[in-house]
Amino acid sequence: MPAPPCTSCHAARAALRRPRSGQALCGACFCSAFEAEVLHTVLAGRLLPPGAVVAVGASGGKDSTVLAHVLRGLAPRLGISLQLVAVDEGIGGYRDAALAAVRRQAARWELPLTVVAYEDLFGGWTMDAVARSTAGSGRSRSCCTFCGVLRRRALEEGARRVGATHIVTGHNADDMAETVLMNFLRGDTGRLARGGGLGSPGEGGALPRCRPLQFASQKEVVLYAHFRRLDYFSEECVYAPEAFRGHARDLLKRLEAARPSAVLDLVHSAERLALAASARPPRPGACSRCGALASRALCQACALLDGLNRGRPRLAIGKGRRGLDEQATPGTPGDPAQTPTPKAVPTF
Amino acid sequence: MCQVGEDYGEPAPREPPPAPRPSREQKCVKCREAQPVVVIRAGDAFCRGCFKAFYIHKFRAMLGKNRLIFPGEKVLLAWSGGPSSSSMVWQVLEGLSQDSAKRLRFVPGVIFVDEGAACGRSPEERAKTLAEVKPILQAIGFPWHVVALEEVFSLSPSVLRCSSQEPAAPEEAYKAAVDSFLRQQHVLGAGGGPGPAHGEEQLPQPRAQLPQNPPSLLRPPAAAQTEALSHLFCSVRTLTAKEELLQTLRAHLILHVARAHGYSKVMTGDSCTRLAIKLMTNLALGRGAFLAWDTGFSDERHGDVVVVRPMREHTLKEVAFYNRLFSVPSVFTPAVDTKAPEKASIHRLMEAFILRLQTQFPSTVSTVYRTSEKLVKAPRDGPATGDHSPRCLLCMCALDVDAADSATAFGVQTSSHPSQIQLPTSLTDTGTPQESPIALIETRTPQGPCCFPGGPRAQGCCQGASRREDPQACIVEQLCYGCRVNMKDLPSLEPLPQYILAEAQLRTQRAWVLAELRDCLIEDSDDEVGQS
Repeated sequence: MPAPPCTSCHAARAALRRPRSGQALCGACFCSAFEAEVLHTVLAGRLLPPGAVVAVGASGGKDSTVLAHVLRGLAPRLGISLQLVAVDEGIGGYRDAALAAVRRQAARWELPLTVVAYEDLFGGWTMDAVARSTAGSGRSRSCCTFCGVLRRRALEEGARRVGATHIVTGHNADDMAETVLMNFLRGDTGRLARGGGLGSPGEGGALPRCRPLQFASQKEVVLYAHFRRLDYFSEECVYAPEAFRGHARDLLKRLEAARPSAVLDLVHSAERLALAASARPPRPGACSRCGALASRALCQACALLDGLNRGRPRLAIGKGRRGLDEQATPGTPGDPAQTPTPKAVPTF
Repeated sequence: MCQVGEDYGEPAPREPPPAPRPSREQKCVKCREAQPVVVIRAGDAFCRGCFKAFYIHKFRAMLGKNRLIFPGEKVLLAWSGGPSSSSMVWQVLEGLSQDSAKRLRFVPGVIFVDEGAACGRSPEERAKTLAEVKPILQAIGFPWHVVALEEVFSLSPSVLRCSSQEPAAPEEAYKAAVDSFLRQQHVLGAGGGPGPAHGEEQLPQPRAQLPQNPPSLLRPPAAAQTEALSHLFCSVRTLTAKEELLQTLRAHLILHVARAHGYSKVMTGDSCTRLAIKLMTNLALGRGAFLAWDTGFSDERHGDVVVVRPMREHTLKEVAFYNRLFSVPSVFTPAVDTKAPEKASIHRLMEAFILRLQTQFPSTVSTVYRTSEKLVKAPRDGPATGDHSPRCLLCMCALDVDAADSATAFGVQTSSHPSQIQLPTSLTDTGTPQESPIALIETRTPQGPCCFPGGPRAQGCCQGASRREDPQACIVEQLCYGCRVNMKDLPSLEPLPQYILAEAQLRTQRAWVLAELRDCLIEDSDDEVGQS
């Protein structure tokens, strides 16, 4: 059966059907439509004003590759300049290969690349060292908790080093949907109250962050990368199977099979959640050690590192963060006046 | 593990440790005397008496804490025959027959909806179920109503209009109502003896009500209506949409019966587990804006009739144990999704997922439940506009679609439908047509639904010809996001019951008239003009 013609240009043969609408398009028209939609997201949300220096969080994976490519094409139109910032978490056998991909991309696109490593920023702690430190207590290693918080700090640091005014990350619609599912299942009302928007405007000295791809579903990102023949690194992190997000991801896959629009429906739900005022986290101040955004005395990154350095990695994970108070000696239950509040640093 | 702030549990591949079994010497954790018969939560062993007290206390506390049910009020109990609603009806029965001090003080009735036509059951099977249902209803003794779902075809469009009621009475009104009720009882009971003779005028004898049930309800519904209903449900493509449609129609029918017989409250037997599943399901269906109404204790979207969920703290496990230990009668009625595979609908998927996760992380259901308690009934941006905000045609919640806000998921979906964006072939070509694509996109943003009742855009696209040409589009415009997605699974909206179509037509016309007269009407908001 011959393929139908592209419904957009009516000239070329259709090569794919868009997952969202079932529309038959040729490769070029699909890519144009995708780029136009990203542009629309950026303009409608006024995410990147002209003159912005934008740090792209580049991991070498498909999302950040597509993001960098699209933004590079849109940069003259938007009047922005791009910088690639890659984070080296020190995961052997995984991150090195991914960084190689980023370096190739930077060379091909002629974009300046900065690499920040956990080892340098966080006093020698690589993710492998963290995993070794938290292993063996009979509980899960919760590597993703550490990695997420520390990567956020590292990205911020890298962006500052290159003089950026905005940070963009490649989170797509599937990531947002998984996040809202996860937050409900874990009862994280703080994140639920905060999330579901267009990124954060950047309060208290933190750089504004946004996610231009947040309405693009994962399938479309993969399709785009395929049609534009982009070179990216596609393996999963070695610690990923332990994450709770895996459950949410599995559920999302099944939901999508039952109803193709499930991803955007979830994003729509997330945007319209109405939580009680008491569920919101308190207004953030500054960390007493590093000056970054924090809603308690110590920002989460400093708190986690503190725990690691003291040989008690689970110190900052858990209600009330007992024992972190500098006056309390390690081992005492800690300050009873500390009310349990959700984690300070918004990972998103 | 899954709870934020708690210690992480076992990693996924490992099996959870077996629950500690109570040893022979262990006693009930409450009274510490009797032998335990049941284990609730994580290792709390209760004896029979303490379990019953615990269960009943939860029910009464839920009603008492919220203070929504006034004494002497008529309350309709929605009984599906299933374990949770049977347990609820039983609790009410027991609560009404206690000594006067602790007695429940409202006037109950029971409604049972026969959904056999939607599930594709034969008339013989339905008659068999009804034969099982009747004795239970008679044993319960409250005034009962058995309605077939086919009766939706004889509903009037007024069902879809929420009558604005005075707002929920504050604390003082509740106390005053209770005080006056007690005084009345005291006056009435001064002459008579103790016992259930108190306030007889107010609590009508249940037995006397029975003959009042009009015999027409016991007749099987007209074959034409049954045919129409099964045609409607067969035309729905997915099980998800079928379930949602069934729930909607059932809700309308119960609302109608409640209004017709003067009931001001409806009690449904949704348990904690079911509500947690419902919350996650509604999230996936795009109903995130209405979670507080769908899963909260009280649901006042209809105005005069309030839906109440007193079983919302009882887990399914507790309900099952109670029903078994105290022989609560229930009837199994097959539903639309009985024997459906797990992948068949979003409801099934979510149920399987949550129950599976619950075995690994036993706090899943309670975590989701506690999160649901923190949801509030307010639109996300700013204070509610009250009765004037347009309501969804089917679910009667305030519409949650912002056509103007294109930087949302909804905006993305609507603006990408005619996505024939003619950009130059590749973005790297930064030739002369630089301005046009941006201009093209920006002018496209305010698309606006044509028949948005009360909406700001009066583009006049509802005029004459276009209105009649596309009634489907006009109906869809009056729905909330979740209902719109469901309606996509109906190839044609014709088989829907007449009252829905009629109300949709009415609203369309009203919106059109409003749009036409917009220039002439003086509205309250024109204060700043200062023409006084």
